[in-house]
Amino acid sequence: MPLIEVKNVVGGYGGAPILNGVNIAIEQSDIGVIVGPNGAGKSTTLKAIFGLLKVTSGSITFEGHDIANALPDRLVPLGLSFVPQEKNVFTSMSVEENLEMGAFTRRDDISGTRDEIYAMFPVLKEKRRQPAGELSGGQRQMVAMGRALMSKPKLLLLDEPSAGLSPRYVLEIFEHIVTVNKAGVAILMVEQNARQALAFASRGFVLAQGANRFTGTGPELIADPEVARSFLGG
Amino acid sequence: MDVLVFFINKVLVAGTVLGSIYALGAIGATLIFGILRFAHFAHGDMMTMGAFFAFLIALVFYHYGIYLPVPMGFVVMPLAMLLTIAVALGIDKTVYAPLRRRGARPVTLLIASIGVTLMLQGLIRLFFGTGQYSFFDYGETKSIFRIDMSWAGARPITFTQPQVLMVIVTVVLVLILNFFLTGTRLGKAMRAMADNADLAQVSGINTQLVVRLTWVIAAALACAAGTMLSLDVSLKPDLAFNIILPIFAAAIVGGLGQVYGAIAGGFLLGFAETLGVFNWSTILRPLAGVLPDWIVIPPDLSLVPTEYKLTVSFVILVITLLWRPTGIFKGAST
Ligand SMILES: Nc1ncnc2c1ncn2[C@@H]1O[C@H](COP(=O)(O)OP(=O)(O)OP(=O)(O)O)[C@@H](O)[C@H]1O
Ligand SMILES: [Mg+2]
Repeated sequence: MPLIEVKNVVGGYGGAPILNGVNIAIEQSDIGVIVGPNGAGKSTTLKAIFGLLKVTSGSITFEGHDIANALPDRLVPLGLSFVPQEKNVFTSMSVEENLEMGAFTRRDDISGTRDEIYAMFPVLKEKRRQPAGELSGGQRQMVAMGRALMSKPKLLLLDEPSAGLSPRYVLEIFEHIVTVNKAGVAILMVEQNARQALAFASRGFVLAQGANRFTGTGPELIADPEVARSFLGG
Repeated sequence: MDVLVFFINKVLVAGTVLGSIYALGAIGATLIFGILRFAHFAHGDMMTMGAFFAFLIALVFYHYGIYLPVPMGFVVMPLAMLLTIAVALGIDKTVYAPLRRRGARPVTLLIASIGVTLMLQGLIRLFFGTGQYSFFDYGETKSIFRIDMSWAGARPITFTQPQVLMVIVTVVLVLILNFFLTGTRLGKAMRAMADNADLAQVSGINTQLVVRLTWVIAAALACAAGTMLSLDVSLKPDLAFNIILPIFAAAIVGGLGQVYGAIAGGFLLGFAETLGVFNWSTILRPLAGVLPDWIVIPPDLSLVPTEYKLTVSFVILVITLLWRPTGIFKGAST
């Protein structure tokens, strides 16, 4: 049984549906990458999983539980965590407070998890008292990921973690994502740097107009001439 | 020296008192704006309602001949706060929550809160009429403190016991609030939601709980501010409706959503209004002896007449918005 299974999901923001039958399945050990043109419904897919918009048909199961239309305050304790594409840090709050907010649903001692995150991103420990709004784009992305990891998720949803970062930081963030995955967290991410991300993806999904166009392992998709021509820029 | 004492009595004491009231009101208004994203127009009437609750409870004590060394209004304040909180939560549940569920825009919520204003004022008038009341008409006396300044050849500095208690209560409430917001999990969740409501929800923060907490805090502070205001002046149905505009000005000047900004804005406007109506001619009078004869100091040299005190707040509001549109503490833009 996959960790998460999205089956023929249809849904939208109230008007015409944006998703017209999306299928995604991820195992605990997987890194899944969703790619596709602008407006394909990639972000919308992640939001649908996270209960931020209405799923009108199809099913979403997490460890066998039906979670379609469940709200975040129920999903986070189940083991899902989400880093939105934009506005993904509390800018007026310190780095440390951002991390604490990620652990809001936990009632146990969070200091161990926080130390692990500081070990992964030493620069965050240095800046732990600084408001997150004062950090650089790359550091903010680390805060955002750190915040999401504080709930000790089984599945981490990331929406364009490399957006707006310089090539050096893109590589660094991808390395961190692989590290997190090796530590046992399943990843489902949306990426614009499609070729680079698919290279380390164990599951790849090409989305267009709210539905799957191609599904396979990352390397399979890169090797597929049709995917390469239409979606990876030749 | 007499001049200095006069200044302390008229400006320092009066400004601190007014500033405390404005600050407590503005904190609540700014919190509600930060969490619920609308201007809570009925905030003044929540203050008045809190004051009437305190008055009613105090009347019960007076009825049984119970008098304490501190004004009853202060003693019964916690009970009055609980009643005010209950009403605020009730109003949210019946008026604002259904609108929020339908995705109402801020302007709709604002108009709903104007409706709540009319309703609260109507209810108060229904029970108490339109007259004025005083906590001190029932056998309790307002003690006046005098700091003897005769060693300096001046009249004493005077202030009342409620004024001293008011400052103490304000400081204590602000310290408690500060501890709550920076030192507790729920307080931080409240700041998180004011900062970025979507991300707070994504983090699994119970946003309904934060909304209720916001009303609890705003109503408690409003009750304290209203009760203390009525202890300083007198109690009437439009007690705090008259100061809702400077309270919002204070919240905006401080930066909407910013608690510390609201405190700063409250005291800034409290002092500015007091200075605005201060009669400067008293201060200049000692100069009369040294000034040439052709300069006559007029008897009234205040910047604005007392009836126009509120304009001071608006002048400051306009200047702030021109110079720094998001307020001193950089709040949410409206
Ligand atoms: N909050 C919203 N309300 C209504 N429609 C929306 C909303 N957000 C997105 N959409 C619409 O849904 C469609 C899919 O948007 P989505 O953000 O999922 O695309 P995306 O694949 O993530 O694209 P991008 O690469 O630009 O991030 C778009 O047509 C967009 O206009
Ligand atoms: Mg997107």
